[in-house]
Amino acid sequence: MSRRQFVADTAKTACGIGLAGLALSLVADGAGAIAPVAVRPPGVDDEHAFQSACVRCGLCVRDCPYDTLRLATLGEDVAVGTPYFIARAVPCEMCDDIPCVVACPTGALDKDLTNIDDARMGLAVLIDQETCLNFLGLRCDVCYRVCPLIGKAITLERRHNERTGKHAEFIPTVHSEHCTGCGKCEHACVLEKAAIKVVPKDLAKGQIGAHYRLGWEEKAKKGGELVPGIRDLPDRLPGVE
Amino acid sequence: MHIRSGHMVGHDAIQAKGWFGAHKWLLLRRLSQVFFLGLFLVGPLTGYWLVKGNLASSLTLDFLPLTDPYVLAQSFVARHIPELTAILGAVIVVGAYFVVGGRVYCSWVCPLNPVTDLAHWIRQKLGFKGGARFSRNVRYWLLAMTFAVAAISGTIAWELVNPVSMLHRGIIFGFGIGWLVVLAVFLFDLFVSNRGWCGHLCPVGSFYSLIGKVSVVRVSAAGRSKCNDCMDCYAVCPEPQVIQPALKGTAPTSSPLILSANCTNCGRCVDVCAPDVFSFSTRFAGQSDQAVPNSQHQIGEARP
Repeated sequence: MSRRQFVADTAKTACGIGLAGLALSLVADGAGAIAPVAVRPPGVDDEHAFQSACVRCGLCVRDCPYDTLRLATLGEDVAVGTPYFIARAVPCEMCDDIPCVVACPTGALDKDLTNIDDARMGLAVLIDQETCLNFLGLRCDVCYRVCPLIGKAITLERRHNERTGKHAEFIPTVHSEHCTGCGKCEHACVLEKAAIKVVPKDLAKGQIGAHYRLGWEEKAKKGGELVPGIRDLPDRLPGVE
Repeated sequence: MHIRSGHMVGHDAIQAKGWFGAHKWLLLRRLSQVFFLGLFLVGPLTGYWLVKGNLASSLTLDFLPLTDPYVLAQSFVARHIPELTAILGAVIVVGAYFVVGGRVYCSWVCPLNPVTDLAHWIRQKLGFKGGARFSRNVRYWLLAMTFAVAAISGTIAWELVNPVSMLHRGIIFGFGIGWLVVLAVFLFDLFVSNRGWCGHLCPVGSFYSLIGKVSVVRVSAAGRSKCNDCMDCYAVCPEPQVIQPALKGTAPTSSPLILSANCTNCGRCVDVCAPDVFSFSTRFAGQSDQAVPNSQHQIGEARP
């Protein structure tokens, strides 16, 4: 083989492999996000880190006693071969011994998770307040009743029913510090399409600006006025001179 | 390579050893492929969980962990430190293939091998010639590429498209449209390039060939003085470039052992050789009789 031939062949191979690598990178980039309806098993904190760790063996799927988990197949909006569940179809039953996490051989499902109440698979959001029966003033309460952390992850907040003028509304309210994202609420919602849904935490949560301080908290922390000697002027009502 | 006109590959061996004698290793290999796939299917089909998981990682009898070292290595490159179970599983797998031969994975276990073998068989039956030709070293470039993308993307990117795991996982857990990837490999081998996937491209095979560089069990052309230059071994071999150094080595000290990392220990050469030149041996086996340099044929890469 001549030197010229060798250089040409090497360049051709390098270009071909480079293109293949670029294509694979694009595929990997596209697979970085998980469809909002799909929920990861317990013990997944970060989707990107999960995709560096999950070898797609399906041992978590096999050890799930409720057949909640399944492996994504090609054509679904979840990285092919990785485990997930659809809460509306089969929610997570939050087993005390967390068999899926125990089964994981690589640590893609984090074994530091030993109390299932600490799982954060996603976050339930009462996403449609226009169809939720409790928002309409009825006493459905089903999402609240089925919640494994009843009274903590979902509470019923009482407020006045402006429509009737004399009744109360009991508003299902999710608290992110307790919600595990198990999806039992979404599964149980009596509507044809659930008004409460488990979505990825990142999608559900807002974030206060890093510079932002809540005055009343700062005040409590300091135990007194933040700016001593400030003069508090009387508040004026509109229309009152 | 030039095949004698009117000569059917393997005909001499069938005459000499009978049909079963001339297909012994092929049949054993197919049995092995069915056996290993069957192990994984017993659980889903009967509910008795002999083996859970798939070739990426599995648990046998709730006791023995096995993990694909290639997938685990990519995970490591993607900056995940795997747990001990997976590492132990990978060490056991590497150890096993170190003994029986690195690319024994390819010819005795991999579920894609029967697919590409079928494509090759049809190709021969229909007399397809030519097609895309490229270096057998492309697979090592591809192997390096999969690690590079794993490092850059921080994900096990190759597993998003790997036809081997797509097929194995598909059979055990459900395909989706994953069978299209397997079909693509089949059509590629059938129409585009002879032995294109397993023999030139597959990075899984090229990873296992790294173990094959040092693995113990070897095919040996121990009886190479009996070689009658029928060329049938070159015709059936999926990696024919591995044969010549052992069979036709000219140096007085040349070893009859096929030491190339890409020999898959499939044993077809053992089957198809009427004078029984080839046999399974180990890399520690002693010298045997001398090669008879081939004067009639210019042996390059075989192209059946």
